Amino acid sequence: MSVNDISKGRRPKRAPLSHSLWPTLKTVLRTLGSVAVTLLGLLFITFIIGRVMPIDPVLSIVGERASQETYDAVYHQLGLDKPLLVQFFYYLWDVLHLDFGTSLLNARPVSEDIARVFPATLELASLGIVFGVVIGVPLGVLAAVRKGSWIDQIARVVALVGYSMPIFWLGLMGLLIFYGILGWVGGPGRVGIFYVDIVPTVTGMILVDSLLDSNIDVFKDAFSHIILPASLLGYYSLAYISRMTRSFMLEQMSAEYITTARVKGMSEWDVIWKHAFKNIRVQLITVIALSYAGLLEGSVLTEIIFSWPGIGSYITTALLSADMNAVLGGTVVVGLIFILLNIFSDLLYKIFDPRAK
Amino acid sequence: MSTLLDVENLWVKFPTRNGVFDAVRGVSFTLGRERLGIVGESGSGKSMTGRAILRLIRAPGMVEADHISLEGQDLLKMSEKEMRDVRGQRISMVMQDPKFSLNPVMTIGDQIMEAYRLHTNASKSVAYTKSVEMLEAVSIRDPERVMRAYPHEMSGGMGQRIMIAMMLIPNPEILIADEPTSALDVSVQRQVLDIMDRLVKERGMGLIFISHDLNLVSDFCDRVLIMYAGRIVEVCEADKLHEAKHPYTRGLLNSLPRLDKPRDRLEVLQRDPAWSEAPSVSGRI
Repeated sequence: MSVNDISKGRRPKRAPLSHSLWPTLKTVLRTLGSVAVTLLGLLFITFIIGRVMPIDPVLSIVGERASQETYDAVYHQLGLDKPLLVQFFYYLWDVLHLDFGTSLLNARPVSEDIARVFPATLELASLGIVFGVVIGVPLGVLAAVRKGSWIDQIARVVALVGYSMPIFWLGLMGLLIFYGILGWVGGPGRVGIFYVDIVPTVTGMILVDSLLDSNIDVFKDAFSHIILPASLLGYYSLAYISRMTRSFMLEQMSAEYITTARVKGMSEWDVIWKHAFKNIRVQLITVIALSYAGLLEGSVLTEIIFSWPGIGSYITTALLSADMNAVLGGTVVVGLIFILLNIFSDLLYKIFDPRAK
Repeated sequence: MSTLLDVENLWVKFPTRNGVFDAVRGVSFTLGRERLGIVGESGSGKSMTGRAILRLIRAPGMVEADHISLEGQDLLKMSEKEMRDVRGQRISMVMQDPKFSLNPVMTIGDQIMEAYRLHTNASKSVAYTKSVEMLEAVSIRDPERVMRAYPHEMSGGMGQRIMIAMMLIPNPEILIADEPTSALDVSVQRQVLDIMDRLVKERGMGLIFISHDLNLVSDFCDRVLIMYAGRIVEVCEADKLHEAKHPYTRGLLNSLPRLDKPRDRLEVLQRDPAWSEAPSVSGRI
């Protein structure tokens, strides 16, 4: 109903409750439908790629010197003698039951492996994105409203370094300086050797688990281990987030409604945060969600340098040893995260932008 | 007539690569409780004059003047904080297009209430009642519903009436209207002008009406400043605009189409470089 109707004096009829619920339900159903289709597409593509790759999963199990009988038996056991489409449906059925098959490398269910490695990445990425947002957004806003000032120049250099330095170099330098020389932080790995497996695994994120167990020592140790890789990842997302924030803000600050706010007699601080910033939230959400998704994929280099047992290094190892079940399982999880983050940011759009309703 | 605003020798300068560009060059005028029109073509400095009074010209732009006095107080000598008390509360401004001058992600109600509460210690409920009254004053029907609506749900005419409500709610002494009807359909222009006129009269305010529309200004204002290239070239009583002497004003008048004297070809304004060099005429009384 438009307000024009109101001004013409037509009273809008109030719809009965059961009817007003229907649009919401329709939106939910439509969203779920699109998620299902996207996931199905993702599964199909990864599955096909996995099967047509010139890697023989049988060989990686039985080894090169196995007899033809053994080879055939395993070939049959893996279901590889069935048509591709049939294999896909079997796979789909299993995935729906959260069964990604067994890792060819360690003979453990892939789902168990993922449940172990994913929280490590989640912990690292979440802390990283918190750094990136908490520092990157204000830095970008400041750089925009003080365009051309020293703070803008500093923000520019910080971002440029973030864009251009290879992470393995910065990571090694960080370890050398803060761990090797200064000893301020813990070294590679998630916790020191004395603290391994002390707190019971609940979420798989050691920071959270140690707090749940009220074990402050483990928390402190885990924190000293995560702080360096997390700030490193945070730095890279900070570079991106601060640049994007700056350009979004510049666009808004030249808008006419900003002049209106100033004419009202508003302080510059309120003009920036109450008026301009409210208008960049939607764009900012997209940028942050994409950054976060990128971090959740697992930064392979960071995970390797810091011996972080996350999903990035898991998928990479699996790929290098032709462990296709593990690769597929990992890919599906990463894809699912992308889809979920997309839905989440769509949802936030609708909250923050009245025009999207 | 008591003088509300006294502007003496106002300059607005913008440094560019090729030296300093003077957008406004030594303009002087006074404003009483009257409707003062400022007319001129694009780039004549009329909008810059309005914004300079509110000190809204952002760096690197510069505002210089002997004084810009609001009832004896020089605005140029005020601190930024003191200036914030002047903006909105004593001098306010309505801009061209409500589509851009209202914040798209805030409700109309929040924006109007904010304008009121910035200068009063009013509680939210008082501000709400005041805002609804103000919306009624600008002939908005069902104001309570409009308070909850967002700017994109408004038509242009409604948007501009909301702008007027928002700018008048702190009860300023001077309203600067910068092309307030240029973005509106001709049919709603009159309606918006009438509302503005009524409110300005009721409250005994001074109005600076910036426009490029000569007919509109001569109908609507008491006195008109005609600006050209950053200077005032002529000052007239609005109802004697047709007796204007300056060739620029004459040229503008002659280039308007008229229903009662249809012409095949309208006159083309012949510009004389001497106009922009001639000293600014004072609009002071």
